[in-house]
Amino acid sequence: MHDQIITPDLVAQHNLTDEEYQAIVAVLGRAPNLTELGMFSVMWSEHCSYKSSRAFLKKLPTEGPCVVQGPGENAGVVDIGDGLVAVFKMESHNHPSFIEPYQGAATGVGGILRDIFTMGARPIALLNSLRFGSLDNPKNRYLFKGVVSGIAGYGNCMGVPTVGGEVYCNDIYNHNPLVNAFCLGIARKDKIFLGRAAGVGNPVLYIGAKTGRDGIHGATMASDSFDEGSESKRPTVQVGDPFMEKLLMEACLELMEQDVLIGIQDMGAAGLTSSSCEMASRAGTGIELELADVPRRESGMTPYDLLLSESQERMLLVAKPGREGTVLDICKKWDVDAAVVGHVTGDGFLRVKDKGVVVAEVPARALADDAPKYERPAAAPSYQDHLQSLPLDVIPEPTDCNAVLDQLLASPTIAHKGWVFEQYDHMVQTNTMVRPGSDAAVIRIKGTDKALAMTTDCNSLYCLLNPYLGAGIAVAEAARNLVCSGAKPLALTDCLNFGNPERPDIMWQFILAVEGIVDACKALNIPVVSGNVSFYNETKGLSIYPTPTIGMVGLIEQADRALSQGFKAEGDVIVLLGETGEDLGGTEYLRVVHHREQGTPPMLNLDREVALQALVVQAIEQGLVQSAHDCSEGGLAVTLAECCLSAPAGPLAASSRLLGADVTLDAKGLRRDSLLFGESQSRIVVSVKSESLDVIRSFAAHWQVPFVVLGVVGGPNLTISLHDDKGRATTWVDRSCRDLDILWRGAIRAIMESGDRPR
Amino acid sequence: MNWWANVADPQPRIGILVFPGSNCDRDCAYVVEQVMGATADVIWHKASSLPPLDAIIIPGGFSYGDYLRTGAIARFSPIMAAVTRFAEAGGLVLGICNGFQILLEAGLLPGAMLRNRSLSFICRDVHVRVENTATPFTGRCAPGQVLTLPIAHAEGNYYTDPGTLSSLKAGNQVIFRYCTTDGQTTTEATPNGSLDGIAGITNATGNVLGLMPHPERSAEALLGNEDGRLILRSLLDSILSGRYAPKPVLAS
Repeated sequence: MHDQIITPDLVAQHNLTDEEYQAIVAVLGRAPNLTELGMFSVMWSEHCSYKSSRAFLKKLPTEGPCVVQGPGENAGVVDIGDGLVAVFKMESHNHPSFIEPYQGAATGVGGILRDIFTMGARPIALLNSLRFGSLDNPKNRYLFKGVVSGIAGYGNCMGVPTVGGEVYCNDIYNHNPLVNAFCLGIARKDKIFLGRAAGVGNPVLYIGAKTGRDGIHGATMASDSFDEGSESKRPTVQVGDPFMEKLLMEACLELMEQDVLIGIQDMGAAGLTSSSCEMASRAGTGIELELADVPRRESGMTPYDLLLSESQERMLLVAKPGREGTVLDICKKWDVDAAVVGHVTGDGFLRVKDKGVVVAEVPARALADDAPKYERPAAAPSYQDHLQSLPLDVIPEPTDCNAVLDQLLASPTIAHKGWVFEQYDHMVQTNTMVRPGSDAAVIRIKGTDKALAMTTDCNSLYCLLNPYLGAGIAVAEAARNLVCSGAKPLALTDCLNFGNPERPDIMWQFILAVEGIVDACKALNIPVVSGNVSFYNETKGLSIYPTPTIGMVGLIEQADRALSQGFKAEGDVIVLLGETGEDLGGTEYLRVVHHREQGTPPMLNLDREVALQALVVQAIEQGLVQSAHDCSEGGLAVTLAECCLSAPAGPLAASSRLLGADVTLDAKGLRRDSLLFGESQSRIVVSVKSESLDVIRSFAAHWQVPFVVLGVVGGPNLTISLHDDKGRATTWVDRSCRDLDILWRGAIRAIMESGDRPR
Repeated sequence: MNWWANVADPQPRIGILVFPGSNCDRDCAYVVEQVMGATADVIWHKASSLPPLDAIIIPGGFSYGDYLRTGAIARFSPIMAAVTRFAEAGGLVLGICNGFQILLEAGLLPGAMLRNRSLSFICRDVHVRVENTATPFTGRCAPGQVLTLPIAHAEGNYYTDPGTLSSLKAGNQVIFRYCTTDGQTTTEATPNGSLDGIAGITNATGNVLGLMPHPERSAEALLGNEDGRLILRSLLDSILSGRYAPKPVLAS
């Protein structure tokens, strides 16, 4: 082995603490060489090891009747019947996307796709959850545009439709945008592949793109905060080649049709090092690699470079003995590089040779699983009380509610996202039943009568104000979105984006958010099957709001019963299921109109939520509902407006009309802004044919869900009148749908095409 | 049926080419079998000859990653020589999206594609007006009928020189033009900046059609739009009529 002096400086440059270094020395029984130090630094990074979060993630419920594979593999797997499984996961690519938005986002999509097809599933849908600072700032527009193009560039070429997601804008993400990518694939239940290097002597093969020097220490970079020099880290961002990945995917799926593979894993963060040590660790074996056989695209690469490179579009696989020829043949058909680079051993070591000389020799398990685990100190921040206080008497009730509605519909968080999803091929594979822009995307499953609904959700302002409640609401809202499309929620994946875990206030946010997810999952009976934690989302000491994004998947037994959010026909009766309270804390209304990010988020009563969702699933299954839309950001007025304006967007809509609505609310002593723009939880607006009204009313009574007839669909305008306690009605909202549509549909496009260049 | 048809298998056979990077091949095979009731024959681009076929679909996607220029590399794939012979013998060829781009690069259709006016990828429903119903691909459409079809492309901005445009028009080879819901061809209704609003053209003999919209994505009620069926069913009618069987040619 090479003799290198490992100095404290070198250890610090590798983002390892002195204690961690001593732990490495203890594991090895000697000092590591530079290559080994590099391997430990990436595998023991926060990004790869979950060293600050593991202790808490254990509390997440991961079992359920549909769960085939929970967390710990490349992705989670749930049974959807007919001998099929859905394989899905969500992952962050935040840091690279800030440094280089196009490639950062593109490789985020590439990485999550590999996680899915590695398991033997053909990817059928992508979603993404994006967060940026205000689009008034040219730098944020540059980032937004780059990220959207990157997602489009990769997903479109792969032929996997991007069918949904979310975009939130808040200045807290100015220097740390979030890019969370979700992918779902379908596999046969008896053909799931795992990342296990079993069978001593079996050949280890490398397939895919050649290795270059790109992305070295990407995982370490993702485990650090940002400062002035972050843009100089651009070389740590990988460069994606979706065409190569398309070939790799087809080659892998064809290989999986043959009986040749023992295990397979993609080379994501920490590349060759992570794939080899994790596969060996899971199987309780070792792996010996010969670096001279690794395909490479440049000369002069050291073992350190080869082991830490995060070049994209690569896979490591273990073949059945004697079947490596079939692997090489199929790769040749697809013009994909492939080489035998080692074999499985029984001694538990990841042993790396370069032309026969051992250059690294590390216990695989220590590298993959024995990173130190931390229970870091946690404490509520001193500013929390101030954040949660909201004296309503200082908030004047709006006198021009039309203007408030306009303002909210044009807020990028609420505005129509056509500018985004029209750049994504959201129809390829011909399964998209409900297109982007509704509560959930709906994808039919060919060869069955079924469809899957999927969504991503998180209101991070709620999570700032009350991490427990905010995270619980993210789970409840995701489930509610699925239910609105007619689906029963099956399982979720989470992508937990937080600041620096070494800060007690951030750890406090994290712990409470996880508890919020745990309790909501238990109440709604939804297990967590995969996930990802992204810490250190902090720039110059300013942390993002806690953003535990939830990606959830639900099953629709009868695909033709799937529903979209837009009103369908004049004369349908509009009903609010659920109850409106004085819930203005943390609302988009308060943020956009009164410039306050304050208060307590709306309360979440999980029993009520369960009843509401059961009611709506039942009503949709029986074909009684024409449209269903969850009440979220912007409250009831925005929800109603979106129902009016969404009629043409979904292919399920019969025609391309805008459908107005005439609505009357009983004030019940509530403030006008709470009634119109408050964000009380557990509410769904449905439209029903008048002949179905009584049946739904009786269902609602059975489930003890408040049931209020709001009005009827029809006319060119959205009008909302409030009845005061003396029975007098006053019209507070009266806007033509045509005007609202122009505003809502045009807002993001207008900002993005305003022509400013980034500073 | 074709002169070479297998008597035991009376179903029409439609070949679907697969290049590295094709990504609508499976969608096309699905509609060929489920919507047209025909047999889909998936053909790998490295093949140098075609099996007996009644028509060929060149599907959408990003052949060779769209690197260099859309369709520019695919035209050199071994299978394209056989496709050219098939087309020259009068066989029916339908190129959708990237398939249209490949037909342009291969010289089976005139003109070229530029990047969209917006420079962005565009995926959404558009309206197209059927300009010529006397083709093997539009027999089921009414003259001037407005179809709603989805597009999904970054390079669909059709361009050609004035002379070629005149001859396309004179030969009634412009089959689809982008239009408004009520059939007006306007600049705004053309999503990508295409010359003269062109969405689809045929060759002079009418047996090769290239179009940017995706009929295979709009052929099922479950997906909310069935207008694409008109094109697919027209193609099926033409096959069954026997009028478009490729003429037998001596093996080259």
